[in-house]
Amino acid sequence: MSVRRVMGIETELGITSTQVDTQGRPLAPQWLSGQVVRAYATAAGEGASLPVGSGWDYADETPLRDARGYEIARELAHVTQLTDVEDPTIANTVLSNGARLYVDHAHPEYSSPEVTSPREAVRYDRAGELVARRAVEHLAKEGREVRLYKNNVDGKGASYGTHENYLVPRTVPFDRLARQLIPFLVARPVVAGAGRVGLGQASERPGFQLSQRADYLEAEIGLETTLRRPIVNTRDEPHATPHLHRRLHVIVGDATMADFTTLLAVGSLSAVLRLIETHPDAVPALDLADPVEAVKVVSHDPTLRATVLTADGRRLTGPDLLEAYLEAVERAAASGHEAWEPDEDTDEVLTRWRQVLDALRRDPAECAQQVEWVAKHQLLQRYRDRNGAAWDDARLVAMDIQWHDLDPARGLAQKLRVAGRLERLVPDDAVERAVTEPPQDTRAWFRGECVRRYGADVRAASWDSVTLVDERGRPRRVQVPEPTAASRERVGELLARHTTTASLLTELASEDV
Amino acid sequence: MAGSSQEHIRRRDDGAPEPQAPTPPPAAPQAQSAERDEALDSLLDEIDGVLESNATEFVHGFVQKGGQ
Repeated sequence: MSVRRVMGIETELGITSTQVDTQGRPLAPQWLSGQVVRAYATAAGEGASLPVGSGWDYADETPLRDARGYEIARELAHVTQLTDVEDPTIANTVLSNGARLYVDHAHPEYSSPEVTSPREAVRYDRAGELVARRAVEHLAKEGREVRLYKNNVDGKGASYGTHENYLVPRTVPFDRLARQLIPFLVARPVVAGAGRVGLGQASERPGFQLSQRADYLEAEIGLETTLRRPIVNTRDEPHATPHLHRRLHVIVGDATMADFTTLLAVGSLSAVLRLIETHPDAVPALDLADPVEAVKVVSHDPTLRATVLTADGRRLTGPDLLEAYLEAVERAAASGHEAWEPDEDTDEVLTRWRQVLDALRRDPAECAQQVEWVAKHQLLQRYRDRNGAAWDDARLVAMDIQWHDLDPARGLAQKLRVAGRLERLVPDDAVERAVTEPPQDTRAWFRGECVRRYGADVRAASWDSVTLVDERGRPRRVQVPEPTAASRERVGELLARHTTTASLLTELASEDV
Repeated sequence: MAGSSQEHIRRRDDGAPEPQAPTPPPAAPQAQSAERDEALDSLLDEIDGVLESNATEFVHGFVQKGGQ
């Protein structure tokens, strides 16, 4: 328990291409993104992904249901909120690692499979980078040139999301969860920011900031993810047994290239959630006077000294806010509470969070191997020193974008990884395995293994179902509402007994998965 | 862990005036900073060849549609 819970990371990738259509116009990003998804499916081959165009099953999706207890009317929703409508022009596939790879609006998106620890979240997030690389390499072999960027801004006003998902018990009241989480989310970029050149949604002012997303957050709490983006998103779409679970959908985070940063982002948040679940009265009372403003104040100050005002009149820095949460988490971890029973994942997250926070308080430069914004800031600052470049110099803006390039020959963060200047937490071979092998301890195992074993007879999948064809070719939907059900332990032998979906369905008809 | 927590509570409450505007961080020890610069220089030299040769055009062309 403790930092262990069902979680996953979805990443929309920036995309560019020098290709043009027959009239010399740039190609539409939606079309290009479709090419990426198709290219991966082609390169990966049968058994590694479903055929592109296989269905995504929207039956259990509820993008307009709000955790505050109501559902907005479809006619009042912005078209981008209707994520439960199949668009036949959009490419979609499900991978044998349990992930979904598809086109979301105008970006390729890799949604990782459900995992149960921060370290696994890092591993499957890195696997997503390899998936994207394979797609680009395959396109290059066909003479097509596409570049993918694991970042969240174009510096001209557009932002695209990296969303984290955490399974939370339905018993935790949502309004308290949101209130107790907001000050933490305001401060989390101190340890979890990817860094950004430019201040303001369209980089109106020169400068460097901690977070890619801060300037695009415009509300405290809300349902939208594309307009008036909130610090806490209220979409109530659990993708899990609804009366037991919530899925906390976190839209404020950055895509990260540094293993440590990803681990701390999801690990610290999962720990704070456990604190909110188990010790509600011990969560520090840090309500902020203006959280939306505070997000920007914290993000805009790489010295970590800027202060934000609490509702009760205190002025605290981003590290102060994180310190208060970490201390409460450390006390909870030592409390003997059954949900905080010691485990390696929790030890690792709390130890590293403490080390990084203490070091950041002494001098952020000490964390250049761990914290992505520090690593990026140092490299760019040194470039400025050598070349006399101001923060709005195109060369620095270009380096910021190129930091996130997923081509290892070009990506600056990847260059730092190879040079040993960004600490690695997951070995390459373990990441490689995660490209095709699903996590064993969640339903992602069932989803991924169905893709691998029965690919041609899988009609559709979703987070909580897989649709297989029976002996007459009729689609039959197998529901898996519990995220930790249908794990390898639970259904490994069942799948091993069946080489066809027809015989599997026959046995399933007589028992529940 | 308790020890370090105490230290931070003390540090936060030590009455030092909170700066209203960001101020530069304390300078790192000279030797450490020089060593860091040297390492970054060699890295910058190494990546020099992959940096966009026409940064202005590259930045101008990096336009994305909004996302979630």
